Amino acid sequence: MMMIRRVNEPFAGLRFRNEMDRLWSNFFGQQANGCECAGRGYPNLNVWEDGEAYIAEAEVPGIKLEDLEISVVDDELTIKGERKACGCEDVTYHRRERGVGSFSRVLHLPAEVDPEKVEATLSNGVLTIKLAKAQAVLPRKIEVTAG
Amino acid sequence: MTTCAIDKPANTEVVRAERTQSERYYRPNVDIIESTEELTVHADVPGVKADDVGISFENGTLTIHGKVNKRTPENVNYALNEYGVGDFYRTFQVSEKIDSAKISAECADGVLTLHLPKAEAARPRKIDVKTG
Repeated sequence: MMMIRRVNEPFAGLRFRNEMDRLWSNFFGQQANGCECAGRGYPNLNVWEDGEAYIAEAEVPGIKLEDLEISVVDDELTIKGERKACGCEDVTYHRRERGVGSFSRVLHLPAEVDPEKVEATLSNGVLTIKLAKAQAVLPRKIEVTAG
Repeated sequence: MTTCAIDKPANTEVVRAERTQSERYYRPNVDIIESTEELTVHADVPGVKADDVGISFENGTLTIHGKVNKRTPENVNYALNEYGVGDFYRTFQVSEKIDSAKISAECADGVLTLHLPKAEAARPRKIDVKTG
């Protein structure tokens, strides 16, 4: 007998892949991230659907536009960047909580997006990426003609 | 394990005075650097505009409050929700003697930088030793 798992949530696939990413990154110890934190990887993301687009938002304080690289292939969004350390010398750190170094994060979107229609804005350390869904995955309205 | 910028803890500190609004506040990650002239505080406050920063220094207590304007639509169905959005708030007890009149701050790219110059009396003085 075959087991059929019914998935009602449109984002369940994304969540699953995210879990897989987490597993992999934990497995590899997140070395590639330049960030020793276990878990999701940097930057943290909020993603939601807004009609015919997905909006991905990340908090990237202290990162300049030229230090960010965003690319989209099919349903994969990649955010790469680097936060530079201050070249302070002759100083004592009392607290050092802000991570530095390069990072890279790949996000699998629930559907394909149009790579031509990706808009990214960076404002006060908040990165917002608007990804228009690909024409192929948009719902099509079908005209019914009376016979 | 070092703490990274990805941690954005909700405020767990004991706050001295309760605020009237029961909103959630976040604790910004900070670097505090001491040089011979000053203490420098860098705080990650993404989403905070320079006009929306409130800083006070009273009786050696430094308070940082960054107001964050709501930017996500209400009742949104998140595909991923890895962080919360809200104001930043944190206080420090500064033990060094600070020349409070000369405190300056700037806010750019979501990072607040505070300069707390040490009071003249607290600066190290180089003492020349003369040979007899």
